[in-house]
Parts: sequence; structure tokens; C-alpha cells
Amino acid sequence: MKRVSGFSGWGNISLLLYIAVLFIVGAWYGVACAAGPYDYVDINNPSLKKVPIAIPFFKPVTGSATESDVSRNGANMLSEALAFTSYFNILDRGSFLVDAQKADPATPAFKAWTTVGAELLVTGAAAVNGNQLELDLRLFDTFNERQLLGRKYTGHVSDLRSMVLRFCNEIMGLLTGSTGLFGSKIAFISSGSGSKEVYVCDFDGHNPVQITHNRSINLTPALSSDGKWVAYTSYAKGKPELFIENVADKRVTVVDKRGMGISPGWVPGKFELGASLSFSGDPEIYLLTGNGKVINRLTNSPGIDISPAFSPDGRRMAFVSRRGGTPQVYIQDMNSGSATRLTFQGNNNTQPEWSPKGDKIVYTTLQKGGFFNICVIGADGQGLVQLTHAQGDNESPTWSPDSGMIAFSSTREGSSRIYVMTAYGTDQRKLVTMPGTQSEPRWSPGVTN
Amino acid sequence: MKKLRVLLAVLVVPGLMLTASCAKKVVKPEAAVSKSDTTAQRVVPPPPAPVDNSAQVAALAARQKFQAEDVRFAFDSAVLDMTAQSILKDKAAWLKANTGANIVIEGNCDERGTVAYNLALGERRAASAKTFLTNMGVAPARMATISYGKEKPLDPGHNEQAWAKNRRDHFVIK
Repeated sequence: MKRVSGFSGWGNISLLLYIAVLFIVGAWYGVACAAGPYDYVDINNPSLKKVPIAIPFFKPVTGSATESDVSRNGANMLSEALAFTSYFNILDRGSFLVDAQKADPATPAFKAWTTVGAELLVTGAAAVNGNQLELDLRLFDTFNERQLLGRKYTGHVSDLRSMVLRFCNEIMGLLTGSTGLFGSKIAFISSGSGSKEVYVCDFDGHNPVQITHNRSINLTPALSSDGKWVAYTSYAKGKPELFIENVADKRVTVVDKRGMGISPGWVPGKFELGASLSFSGDPEIYLLTGNGKVINRLTNSPGIDISPAFSPDGRRMAFVSRRGGTPQVYIQDMNSGSATRLTFQGNNNTQPEWSPKGDKIVYTTLQKGGFFNICVIGADGQGLVQLTHAQGDNESPTWSPDSGMIAFSSTREGSSRIYVMTAYGTDQRKLVTMPGTQSEPRWSPGVTN
Repeated sequence: MKKLRVLLAVLVVPGLMLTASCAKKVVKPEAAVSKSDTTAQRVVPPPPAPVDNSAQVAALAARQKFQAEDVRFAFDSAVLDMTAQSILKDKAAWLKANTGANIVIEGNCDERGTVAYNLALGERRAASAKTFLTNMGVAPARMATISYGKEKPLDPGHNEQAWAKNRRDHFVIK
């Protein structure tokens, strides 16, 4: 599948500004600040005001049965994908005044769309010839009557989902400046087969694929930046060791040292990862190549040092240490090696993950009531916010590649399952429904198609 | 639900009656035999002469105790309290009396806490016991350690009683 032509229109500064405000206010979460130019945006909950968008069924160009299917399925996929971000209010098709399947997708009747409340509109046209699909997708600002984006995709009919997701990436790139969510994958652990095995699914929980089949205990999976490698801890050879597996050809490198190999975390954009190895007698963090060779030792303190999480530029590392008497998140400068403590609230703070935008760190905290919950804090230690509340144990937070969402595991319905929420803690819902328990989700950094 | 109950009644009640009547039938002839044939007992050969195996029994009991008795820990701790130390002193004595035995110390955690941290904590717990036993004079080469984190709970419950049982070092003779 390839993009044949691009015809996009920028412009419409006011809408972009509005969207920008919607997203930027998140940085001032919880801080009282003057209302922006659009006072209907609730600055304390940026996700509450969702952008109303109309996504009518696409136009079947020749009207064939296959085109009709593609037009409906494609529009539904697009709606589902955009709804997943929680930034949009997908308008009910029943309220639409025009039949978009009969209209020209390039020249929509804007008044008919603003009347039903749409601020954005996506139109599409699907032409199917044999197994070949040509999909024409456009995004409009209905108030300013402007086309913001237009793309034409060609490929096999079965490429429909990836065409739609690529267009969604373009929409998000235009409106938020961040792409990558819709091509991303999530690694996780599921016990459905009777043992804890590594799985990988799409960003929205679709297409779960079992990666390991060793019927042992497999834990803490982490996908590399390019999504081609997954590192995890496995008992397959008896003791907990670090495994680095090529997702496509199943080649496995075992970091075969005395003691344990646990809590891998990849360096963004590199074929390098940090992990805790205990061959020296206690768990210390090392930097390794993707082939499992130790590059150098990163921590040197008695007791537990685990869970490296690198900043997007790779210059700093968040990690968990018990050097202060309780497990806390620290940040270490990779050049100087000096570490400073980041978390001070609570006696048990673990599982740090650095946001791909670089400004925040999400982690798991044990609260006085005995429950685990997810918190986010600025990399500078400011602006601590708790994201989950009073719904079982909530653990293993992981950022989406655009930093807009956080996946995590929760026991809120009994067994551990994987959920997702916005980076502000809103719109919490279950990501996958599978047999057994699911835990330890880890989002891959974005993979551009 | 009502239908299910009726079905259960239909299936189970006659079943119970059947087993009851069968039991009666079996019991009666047995009672008859034991009453009438009193000479049968004399025919049974006497048990073999008792051998003094109390030493073996004691050794087996000590070995079983070694493996059955866990060392427990407080939440988020790898510190050995007085009870733990007392249990470990017994284990050290057994290991010194059984120099041929090598062991694995398995460190475990309760379900609370995150996966990787519990793996590390379990390793610390196993290491605490190994250090203590080494200080008591047991050769470290005889002792391997492994952490199971929170992956192998002894008690699957979700309460303090279960958690206390699961925060443990378990000892296995290789």
C-alpha cells in the first residue's frame, strides 16, 4: 500500500488554535489560570470538551456491494479509532441531514453539517476494482468551510484498516502535532493459555498475537522503538533471565548470567536497553546492546536498583531504588551518573515510565489504604497528580507514543485486566477482553508506516 | 434457577437413597463374618518383628521439617526477625549434620507490589537467608537462591492471612 497523492489545505488558524488550547491547557492541569479565548473549554479537564466530528459512511464510487461494505466498515473503523483518543465526540449518524454516500466528498454542504453540531467532518470515497481499493479521505473544518487534509490511498481491499489508521495519524498530526498512536503496538502478559506468556496487540487491543509459547512464567515485556524486538524476563530456563526476542523470526538472545535479569527498558530510538542484572550480588542497572552484551554499569548502590526508563533524548534515566530505605523513583543523569530522588509522597513508588514528550513521568504508588494507584509527576518533580482512584489495584502504567494516553492494569473488576485512559485520567475503559488475566502492558514507541 | 433445583432433587435424592441402601447391604455381610468366624483372626500371621528404625524416622522427620518450615517476612522487608533467625539456626544445624545435602532457597512475595520490584525483593529475601546460613558456618556453595517474586503464592487468598504466608523463603533440598 502506498500513498498516491496528497492534497491538503492548512489554513484555518482559529480551529488549530482552539485545538492547541485544548491540548496545551493540559500542561497547566490543576493550576488556576485565566480563561483562554474559548471559555467553553474546561481547563481543569481538557478532555471533557470533545471536538464534535461527523464521520458519515463513505461514498461507494460505482455503487458495488464490495464498495458499500468498504464504505461502511471504513467509516466505522475511522470513528472507532478517533473515539479511542477521547478527544472527539463522534456524532450520531442518525442525526445527519444529508446522505454523504450520494454527495460529492470534495464539496460537502457545510451548513448541513454545522446545523447538526459538527465542527469537523470526514468524507470518503471508496472505489474497488477487483481486489484493489482506492480510498479518498478528506478532513474539513465545517465552520470555516475549509478542507484541512486530503489523502488518497491505494492497496489491497484487506489494507482498509491500515489506510484508515494512517489517515487518523494524519488527523492527529495536524490537530495535535503528534503522530504514531495508530501504528503503535502494546506488549502485555496474558495467562489465558494456562501460563503467563507474552502477547502483542494493536494500540486499541485489536489483533492480539501470542509471542512466547514456552509454558513457563514470562514477565515485564518491553517493545523496542522500532517494534521489532521484545525484551522480557522468563523462567523458561529455570531462573528469571532476560530474554530479547525478534518478534518476526522468533530469534531469542538470553542474557545468560548468574542471578536474575529483570525489568528491561529500551533506550528510545536505539538498539540498546537498560535492565537490572544481579550477577554482582544485588540488582544493579546495566546498559546493554540489543544483542544482550553489557555496555556499562549504570547504578552502583547496595540493595535494589531496577526498572530503567529513559528520557526521549536518552540523556536521563528514571529508575527505582531502595537506597533511601523505601522504593522510590530517582532520576539519573547519564553523563555525570548523579542521581536525584523524584518521588517523596508514599513509601512505595515503582514502575516509572518517561512520557515520549519528555515532560512527565508516570508511576505506581502504594497508598495508605493498601491500594496501588497510578500517579503522574513532572520530570522536575512538580505537579503530582493521581490518575486512578478507589478501584482495586492499578499498576504498570505506560504512555502511548503521542503521550496522549496511558494504558495500565487494574483489578477493578476482580481479575487483572488491561485498561486505557487519557493522560489526564479521564475516559478509563478496558482495552482487551481475553481469557485468563492480563497484566503489564507496555506501549511501543510510534512506528510510522 | 427453580428448574435447576428440581433437576438436582430428581437426580441427587434417588442417588443418595441408592448409596444408602448399598452401604447397608455391604455392612451386613461384613458384620456377619466378623461375628461368626472368630478363628479367622488367629490364622492371620503375626506382624514382622519390630525393627528399631527410630533413627531413620527421626532423620526423615528432620528432613521434612527442613523443607516444610518457611521463613517469613514483614511487608516490603527482607529483614530476618527473631522467629526467622531461630528457624534458620535449626536449618543451619540440619545442614551441618547433613553435609551431603545442597539446597535451593526460594524467595517469595505477597501479591501486593509491582512485578519487577517483587522479583528483586524475593531475591533479597533469599539472599538474607543465605547470608545468615553462611554466617552460621554453612558453605555458600551448597546454597543456590532463586526469586519467584509474587508468581508462586502458597495461599491464593487476598487478605493479610494469605499475604503473611506468601512473604516467605521456601527451602528445597536438591
